[in-house]
Amino acid sequence: MSLIDETTAVDPAAPTTEVVHSGKPVSRFSLVMSRLRRTPRFWVGAVGLGLVVLWAIFGLVPNAWNYTDLDIYNMGSSPSALHWFGTSDIGEDIYAQTIVGLRKSLIIGLLVGPLAAIIAGIVGAVAGYLGGWWDRAIVWVIDLLLVLPSLFLFILLSPIFKQLSWVALIFLLAAFGWMIMARVIRAQTRSLRERDFIKAARFMGVDTWTIIRRHVLPNVSSLLIIDATLGVGGAILSETTLSFFGFGIQAPDVSLGTLLAAGQTAAATRPWLFIFPAAILVITVLCASLIGDALRDAVDPTSGANRD
Amino acid sequence: MIGFIAKRFINYAILSAIATLSAYVLASIILNPAARYLGRNPRPSDDTINAILDGLGVNPNTPVIERLWAWIVRLVTQGSLGDTIHNTSVISEMTARAGTSLRLLILGTILAALVGVALGVWGAVRQYKFSDQAISFASFTILATPAFVIGILLMISATMFNNLLGIQLINFTGEYTAGLDGGWWVLFWDRAAHLLLPTIALALMGAAGYSRYQRSAMLDVLSADYIRTARSKGRTRGSALVRHGVRVALIPMSTYFAYSFATILAGAAVTELVFSWHGMGEMLVQAISQSDINAFTGAILFNAVLILIAGTLSDVVYAALDPRVRV
Repeated sequence: MSLIDETTAVDPAAPTTEVVHSGKPVSRFSLVMSRLRRTPRFWVGAVGLGLVVLWAIFGLVPNAWNYTDLDIYNMGSSPSALHWFGTSDIGEDIYAQTIVGLRKSLIIGLLVGPLAAIIAGIVGAVAGYLGGWWDRAIVWVIDLLLVLPSLFLFILLSPIFKQLSWVALIFLLAAFGWMIMARVIRAQTRSLRERDFIKAARFMGVDTWTIIRRHVLPNVSSLLIIDATLGVGGAILSETTLSFFGFGIQAPDVSLGTLLAAGQTAAATRPWLFIFPAAILVITVLCASLIGDALRDAVDPTSGANRD
Repeated sequence: MIGFIAKRFINYAILSAIATLSAYVLASIILNPAARYLGRNPRPSDDTINAILDGLGVNPNTPVIERLWAWIVRLVTQGSLGDTIHNTSVISEMTARAGTSLRLLILGTILAALVGVALGVWGAVRQYKFSDQAISFASFTILATPAFVIGILLMISATMFNNLLGIQLINFTGEYTAGLDGGWWVLFWDRAAHLLLPTIALALMGAAGYSRYQRSAMLDVLSADYIRTARSKGRTRGSALVRHGVRVALIPMSTYFAYSFATILAGAAVTELVFSWHGMGEMLVQAISQSDINAFTGAILFNAVLILIAGTLSDVVYAALDPRVRV
């Protein structure tokens, strides 16, 4: 969670620099916020994601069952007053399992999104600012990772990560989720580096790392925040797909992916094993991407590819 | 124009070659083919294991660089990708499976592109109308759904549909009905019926992404001056939109197509696995779980060649649409 605080903490820095340079009466931050407030899509996403997070935290409180409990008198029962989402064929409470799985998937998504955005920011800024051979090498790696589908790399690396705990999966997902954004950040940095305030800093003898940290990163922070938000949904999708095929979260731990894998065989005959976790998964990812999409429009309402 | 395409083709070819070679190196480092023989009872002697592994060219005691060199030499001189751990040649395994995957990929991609572009243009022209909102919402929902969930949901609805009709109208397990006897037409019809659901699954995922992108590209074009000029010249609205609007809006789409093709490949692999098709996606996953380095590299090479073709194709489309490239 501290990672998210860090990225949002960068945010107020961006508008202040903007204000000093452009001298606009309205700060960029409040402009973006007022645009966001007028987007219905943002409200749907924010309220939805808020409810999902609250449900993941407090959802187990009113439930009589824990996710490891086995109700041997009600095995494979359909949703009822006793078991709200029904039970599996060995009597596990699907409601409790869904919440525990959702917690894990949410934690992974909320950590991987910002983490990948931070990598994208640093790599993209370094490539764009330094130029030359550094730039060529980094762009080459990015292109390579775009050609090799990352899902296949995750599966290839899974024998290593299976032995470690599920926390290792967070780093794996983040390590392969930054490429597209890094290209965008790089392009942005290349134009920033010719701007006067960065030139001035360079001629004053400020060292490269300080310029990147103090001048480049704050100026691309809005892009990074968008990427972090959109990355949450993407990370949850990757995690569930990996876990579904047995390459992600391993047995004693539960995630939405493993839950769906368990419910898959019975999907047609006992749909509650599959439908409830799948619905929660889709709602969570949908809300996260709605917020990201609304943010993108609010930050840059005129941008071609992003306009809505 | 030929120069531009040739340059792009060489760029993609180098990228694909490097991707395949790095996949070989990565797989050699991570996978341990010896483990398969160590677990046997009685355990084969070290000499036997070494001999088997040497025969396949995957012995971990040989340095990776040496093995990689041997692999390249064999590919160049004999046109062979080595043997799988089941002692069949990787090439023959691939030819048996490639048709299955290509059928799904080609049909799915073409459908996805057509439907995606059409929906995107429709949404942009009818911006903020009900149909636009409905298309947007549907594509957001599909983009938020993992590929395997789409596949299973389609299977559930097909089962319900079959039960409703009382006959087995839609078949979806596997690639064809095993042991089906009949003429060429019966077999063809059977395969086409099995192709239905996986193709829909793949086309839905692709079309959702393309329609979002096409919509915003089209919105950009709609406000451009040359559309107004075309209208004032006396063109009808439809003709101006198609000849001047869609054509220009397709240019950024062709670049997006090349970049999104890797995602389509991953989606197709997942779809194959869900519908239990014996295609390249299954070969790749099995190769990893059986620590089969040669088969894994073969599957990655297949994907790299497809990305090479898709990238070059999108550059050809780009050059055909954008006159500036042809100068």
